[in-house]
Amino acid sequence: MLGGILAAMPGAVAQGLLWGVMALGVYVTFKVLDYADLTVDSSICTGGAVSAVLILKGMNPLLTLVFSILAGMATGAITGFLHTKLKIPPILSGILTQLGLYSVNMRIMGKSNLSLNSNKLSQPTVISLGNVNQSILISVVFVAAVIGVLYWFFGTELGSAVRATGNNSHMVRALGVNTNSMIILGLILSNGLVGLAGGLLAQFQGYADINMGRGAIVIGLASVIIGEVIFGVRFNFAYQLGSIVCGAIIYYIIIAVVLQCGLQTTDLKLFSAVIVALALSLPLFKNKMLKHKKAVVAEKE
Amino acid sequence: MLKITNLQKTFNAGTINEKKALTGVELVINPGDFITVIGGNGAGKSTLLNLIAGVYLPDAGSIILDGIDVTKQPEYKRAAMLGRVFQDPMLGTAGNMGIEENLAMAYRRGKTRGLGWGILNEERKYYKEQLAMLDLGLENRLTSKVRLLSGGQRQALTLLMATLKKPKLLLLDEHTAALDPKTAAKVLQITEQIVNENNLTTLMITHNMKDAIRLGNRLIMMHEGKIVYDISGEEKKSLHVSDLLQKFETVTSGEFANDRMLLS
Ligand SMILES: Nc1ncnc2c1ncn2[C@@H]1O[C@H](COP(=O)(O)OP(=O)(O)OP(=O)(O)O)[C@@H](O)[C@H]1O
Ligand SMILES: [Mg+2]
Repeated sequence: MLGGILAAMPGAVAQGLLWGVMALGVYVTFKVLDYADLTVDSSICTGGAVSAVLILKGMNPLLTLVFSILAGMATGAITGFLHTKLKIPPILSGILTQLGLYSVNMRIMGKSNLSLNSNKLSQPTVISLGNVNQSILISVVFVAAVIGVLYWFFGTELGSAVRATGNNSHMVRALGVNTNSMIILGLILSNGLVGLAGGLLAQFQGYADINMGRGAIVIGLASVIIGEVIFGVRFNFAYQLGSIVCGAIIYYIIIAVVLQCGLQTTDLKLFSAVIVALALSLPLFKNKMLKHKKAVVAEKE
Repeated sequence: MLKITNLQKTFNAGTINEKKALTGVELVINPGDFITVIGGNGAGKSTLLNLIAGVYLPDAGSIILDGIDVTKQPEYKRAAMLGRVFQDPMLGTAGNMGIEENLAMAYRRGKTRGLGWGILNEERKYYKEQLAMLDLGLENRLTSKVRLLSGGQRQALTLLMATLKKPKLLLLDEHTAALDPKTAAKVLQITEQIVNENNLTTLMITHNMKDAIRLGNRLIMMHEGKIVYDISGEEKKSLHVSDLLQKFETVTSGEFANDRMLLS
């Protein structure tokens, strides 16, 4: 079994890195904007579908990722429009876009699964299961670039305004910023990253699938929370972003281990849901424990 | 400077919760006016400030600010001309961001935000100087998160943020009400200092009648969505709390005998 676990490690790390890109997108909405955006469950597939279709049409695989990003951004813009202009609550806006995108994704792909069989492609994909080690290296480059861009952006005037909008929109409006624009901008940025992750993921696994994003938001949240719990919220912003990606990698290592222990792949959704539920309730348990400790101490005195 | 004509606002119109908050406010503010606003609970004071700031849009009437009709302008647009401090110390600052980050955002009030750095190095020196004037020791904590500050410190910081870029009109809504008496006095003293030094046109709501008389050059009293009393100059200087109480009695015909105002 140990041998099996070790053999599964490189794949898990590569998966973790790619889902880490998507987790960074989730971080932008969930943590920075304080907006629970469910668009991601579909926009990741949109990114994958766009990349797969364009590759099959003969486009350079690296270039297709640009279109994955743009497609993801467009989905974020739609959710932002639903929420800010049509005044639909955040969660529902995301769900509506997510649902509508299912049909759009089917239209893009033409069928529910598009295979990128490497023998038939004119150019190799950017990353692939055929060369996991190289894929890990390339993914690290992508992750580093994304962290660099986010670090830069959130240091700018515009990025500061987006951060402040998630923290205290009241103040931000009083300081002359259109908070609706900031929310739309944040959603665009977030889903652009998710689209990129989708494109990379499709290339890595060698296919785009209509169900590839189901439960993505949960994986993103799990990564964000695992990263925060293990590495703490300290040092600078880049450290925090890095810890989220590490959180995603740890998540996929755990998954690899439980799979080797005999869990079925179909059991994973339940497993993920339980992990995230536990992680999200962690602060509550911490408080209870603290109170309990205090009560015990008080009793002794 | 500011000209308000027949301003009206009803909340939840047509429902059982209908509440006429403003019923025709007329007000002209001259440049350099420092006006204190008093009135009982629900008199419409906050609503008046919120309408000026654009938090809500009025049902009728007009607001002309510095020659520009802002009656229907969105809140974030007219913010370029306004400085605001709220009653709740949490509302005026972003707790998860540093002191300097908050100041840098305030410094850019009314300016389009681009992809330049959120804070430039040379700004930090200026912020330090400004913070030092508050005399709260904040000048050595530029990168501290604002949520670590006390309510009074946050309110003083909000005041500085509201005036860092000189506003055409400063709106203060009971900005010391949530503070303990000593801190409230300190924040009020800082308010006076900043308003006087910059000769800011100011509208300040307060429940403290002594403060209302002592500060500013003009005092207005609101009741049931209208301005019922407007006094300035020498007449205001010679005002006593008892005069105000009596004025209150006449406009309310005694019905507000238990009002919070009478207690302070
Ligand atoms: N957003 C709102 N929705 C519904 N009713 C409101 C709203 N804001 C104010 N009101 C009502 O309008 C009336 C005037 O309220 P306002 O807050 O302006 O009074 P105020 O003079 O500031 O009183 P206070 O001294 O208690 O702060 C009150 O009856 C209040 O309940
Ligand atoms: Mg009020």
